Amino acid sequence: MTKPHIMKRILLTLLLFALPSLNALAALDPALVRQLAAEDSDAKIAAIQQLGADASPDGAKVLKAMADDELLVAGETVFVFEGEQAVDAASGAVIEPTPETYEPITVNNRVRSVLANARAALKLYHPDRAMRLAAATELQSNAGIEMAPILAAALAKETDAEIRALLAQAHAQANLENPDAAARLAAVKSLAASSSPATRGLLLPLLDTSNEPEAAVREAAAQAVENLESRLAFGEILGQVFSGLSLGSILLLAALGLAITYGVMGVINMAHGELLMIGAYATFFMQTLFRAYFPDYIDWYVLAAIPAAFLSAALVGMLLERTVIRRLYGRPLETLLATWGLSLILIQAARMLFGAQNVEVANPSWMSGGVEAMAGLVLPWNRIIIIGFALFVLTLTWVLMQKTRLGLFVRAVTQNRPMAGCVGVPTSRVDTLAFGLGAGIAGLGGVALSQIANVGPDMGQGYIVDSFLVVVLGGVGQLAGAVWAALGLGVVTKFLEGWSGAVIAKIVVLVIVIMFIQKRPQGLFALKGRFVDN
Amino acid sequence: MRTPLTLRFLAALPRSGWTAMGLFAILTLIVTPALHLFVPEGNPFHVSNYAITLGGKIMCYAIVAVAMDLVWGYAGILSLGHGVFFALGGYAFGMYLMRGIGTDGSYRSHLPDFMVFLDWKELPWYWAGSDSFLWTLLLVLAVPSLVAYVFGYFAFRSRIKGVYFAIITQALTFAAMLLFFRNETGFGGNNGFTDFKRILGYDITSPEMRATLFALSALVLMLTLLLSRYLILSKFGRVLTAIRDAESRVMFIGYNPLHYKLFIWTVSAMLCGIAGALYVPQVGIINPGEMSPANSIEIAIWVAVGGRGTLIGPVIGAGLVNAFKSFFTVAFPEYWLFFLGALFVGVTLWLPEGVVGLWKRIKARRTA
Amino acid sequence: MSATHIETLDENRGGEDGTQVVGHILQPGVDLSHKVILYLEAISVSFDGFKALNNLNLTIDAGELRCIIGPNGAGKTTMMDVITGKTRPDAGTCFFGQTLDLTRMTEPQIAHAGIGRKFQKPTIFENHTVFENLELAMKTDKRAWTSLFAWLSQEGRDKIADTLKLIRLDREADRQAGLLSHGQKQWLEIGMLLMQEPQLLLLDEPVAGMTDDETERTGELFKSLAGKHSLVVVEHDMAFIEQLGGKVTVLHEGSVLAEGNLATVQADPRVIEVYLGR
Repeated sequence: MTKPHIMKRILLTLLLFALPSLNALAALDPALVRQLAAEDSDAKIAAIQQLGADASPDGAKVLKAMADDELLVAGETVFVFEGEQAVDAASGAVIEPTPETYEPITVNNRVRSVLANARAALKLYHPDRAMRLAAATELQSNAGIEMAPILAAALAKETDAEIRALLAQAHAQANLENPDAAARLAAVKSLAASSSPATRGLLLPLLDTSNEPEAAVREAAAQAVENLESRLAFGEILGQVFSGLSLGSILLLAALGLAITYGVMGVINMAHGELLMIGAYATFFMQTLFRAYFPDYIDWYVLAAIPAAFLSAALVGMLLERTVIRRLYGRPLETLLATWGLSLILIQAARMLFGAQNVEVANPSWMSGGVEAMAGLVLPWNRIIIIGFALFVLTLTWVLMQKTRLGLFVRAVTQNRPMAGCVGVPTSRVDTLAFGLGAGIAGLGGVALSQIANVGPDMGQGYIVDSFLVVVLGGVGQLAGAVWAALGLGVVTKFLEGWSGAVIAKIVVLVIVIMFIQKRPQGLFALKGRFVDN
Repeated sequence: MRTPLTLRFLAALPRSGWTAMGLFAILTLIVTPALHLFVPEGNPFHVSNYAITLGGKIMCYAIVAVAMDLVWGYAGILSLGHGVFFALGGYAFGMYLMRGIGTDGSYRSHLPDFMVFLDWKELPWYWAGSDSFLWTLLLVLAVPSLVAYVFGYFAFRSRIKGVYFAIITQALTFAAMLLFFRNETGFGGNNGFTDFKRILGYDITSPEMRATLFALSALVLMLTLLLSRYLILSKFGRVLTAIRDAESRVMFIGYNPLHYKLFIWTVSAMLCGIAGALYVPQVGIINPGEMSPANSIEIAIWVAVGGRGTLIGPVIGAGLVNAFKSFFTVAFPEYWLFFLGALFVGVTLWLPEGVVGLWKRIKARRTA
Repeated sequence: MSATHIETLDENRGGEDGTQVVGHILQPGVDLSHKVILYLEAISVSFDGFKALNNLNLTIDAGELRCIIGPNGAGKTTMMDVITGKTRPDAGTCFFGQTLDLTRMTEPQIAHAGIGRKFQKPTIFENHTVFENLELAMKTDKRAWTSLFAWLSQEGRDKIADTLKLIRLDREADRQAGLLSHGQKQWLEIGMLLMQEPQLLLLDEPVAGMTDDETERTGELFKSLAGKHSLVVVEHDMAFIEQLGGKVTVLHEGSVLAEGNLATVQADPRVIEVYLGR
């Protein structure tokens, strides 16, 4: 759950809270309520804290009114309006006559923050677990020393483990400001168990003598920071692994089609990136279609885009194969140049059809947001879904190549074309279909790319170098090689980016790939034997 | 070594070849510069600024095309990264030109404007000596060759060839482009170098300078052709084409292809660097876009259009394609990519030997 | 006869192992002091689990003409790949003479050391003339830098002319090699081999695609070469092998099945089983 969701829920529950009117105000200590209207902010704060610690429902209502600037004061009387009637805030009695002149109790920023905390603390006693959880989360982020007693009281009552953990953390945090050194030490020790980056920020000042006079506390804090940092580093590594996997899955989607057209068929298709682009534009087209005709189902346009992208890219691919590529079989360098020409034509065509600007493709709502895997590590849904999608496409490709007749034919034709022809495989049709399959898979990659990257006529150009690197690195003719190469490249790139920035990372990766190919020219998964050469 | 080298050099071209070369020399070294300098504007014989710059530019491209043909047409090594060497030569000379601006830049600093903008206080170490013309010439020759040598050594040693090699060179130019796009690299980032003022103290925009650069480009082109001609007629050239046709046979009769490929590859890169250095002062700008993979692959199409495996082919190809490009990008900018794309497809499908091959076929049919 | 060979082999092994392998690679010439030009010992090569060569042992005497036969996939071509440095063996040693460890040399180094190879499919330089093909193959300084200034000497021309006559292509000298007939290409490749002046010639199916007449002449040529050179001929054509008349080695599944003169080998029940059985 990310922050916006939590906020929404808090708001909702707050509304529910506010619905019962204030007319059942029971007796509160009138002096305490009057103190809320004191001139002195410290007095106000003391009163707010008292009301908070008492934790009565009525006190909560008064504090809410105060927070909303609806708590009014006329002379010595502190009251609120309920409809037309003025109601005494302490007793709940209707005040007759309604005061003529009154003003809201001034709430300055300092008071307001205490007020907010106190109100949150009050919610710690709410019967609804979700409410308490939300309140504890809120308090944990900004608990000052003044909250310590409230938190201690709440902690004593709380039974839920998750909330207890949060409360304990908040309590410890509050106690960092405790004048008593022993309390601070206990607080530091308790905080040492946390793994949130914010805690590190809290503990860091304690390392300094000017902030923390007590050596024992400083030492404990140093220890805690060190532990925390190693845990955070672990989280960071996890995060990098995830973004590496995510990048890898994108590379894989971009390269899988190529693994068939180049890896299996041996056709160098420089227009591969443009097949990705076609898939992305097909997604854009479906989005436009849904917006215009099925606005209620707009969230599901991506699902409709999957077959559309596959078919459109496959059609274009088959067209290219029929008209150009098939005349160049066995001449890889010529194929390379001709398909580059095709890619230029496709780019210009996209420019003229859809404009030179990038078009906007929005994530459907079920792909936005993310999962908080651990403190400070949020995994966005769209990335997770794309990793899943890459797995799906991979499985699909594998099944098509290994389990279907088409796959069998493709493998037969690529291993021994004349022989395959002799035993009745329609080689030329198989070529077209296989190329169409590779192109269609590229189109699927385009769907995924449209969800995380810019969609524009030039988008394919950015992937062509990477895709080829994946296939070359993975080893020609090897789906498994492509998978490992894509994931490996993704993870290595992300780790390097963490170190050195994106550009240098990219360059280093290219150098690594070049050096790797030096060592193993046949790629990760080499085919050996007499058929390899020439 | 009985025949003196000079004689062998003369033998490099047939009589008709020397005649054509002489005519080309007169045209480019004397006639065109004269028409630019001495015929007043408005006169139909005047060669305009635009025309002489375009001519000089195209001759630089032609040098690159010949260099490309040496590796692709004769040694069978398709490089999709020759733009890197061209750009490196251009950047090397561009450094000199940037220093030549002196304090005339927008910030009136002795540092190039982009460095002031980055708040750099002094020149990075690799800019040392860039105010010296001789040092710059050395850089122009050495940097592209050195990069090519190191890259080629590793690539050829592990016997990377064909499509693999093409893709790796593409990755090379892509990586270089990314590197030069960074501001911190110290070559002006996105914008590269521009706003040049002078060479050796002479105004870079003066008609005399234009004419000189034009003639110089022509001279280098001719020398490139002669050198290439000599190379391919020597035993070296025969081994090179043998490597292209049957590399394993070459190895089994005792030649080490590594050295042959590496030599021609490095020479080719050096020629590209020289072309880049001539190109930059004429067009007045160099930026990382020159290293984009698309630019490098376009070089291949010049060669293919003209006819690879011949020396005149690349010159014709570079001329034709770029003349078309100049025309199209002004007249129908949106159709240029269609045209270029169709050129790639059409030439590979129907004109595998390019214009020169077509010409030979027509001639053969006539005589038959 | 084969028993004595194995003895020499074992003697040499004791002396050679580990001690004098590396330092001698660049020594000029082949050390033929034991009258043996090629030792293959316990060579194994496998491709993706398939054993192309399996503990292969073979010795070729200096000046010998040896024929190798065997069914398809017996490992004949792979054996040649190992000798010429194209394939590195997974295990085993391969010595040229007493001192040159072929498994540590590159193809050009091996060629310089004096091993020439003819491929199964004739590989010549199709875009060069016949003359140029021979010129390129000629034994000379083959470094890139010298080739830039190399000029063919009269002596070289004479040598090429002699070879052209020998392979009966003197009339075709200026023709593009790609335009020759299949048999002529085979001869040209043999001619290129001779221009290299190798000590050991490896010939992979040299008479495939030749007419009977051409085959016969090839046989004569090979017999005349034996003695001065050592030849290893891989062939399927039994008549040709009979004509050559040397010792025959039968390979099967990557190792030596039988060795001896043709008649003995043909009478060997295991050989009959391999060729006719199953």
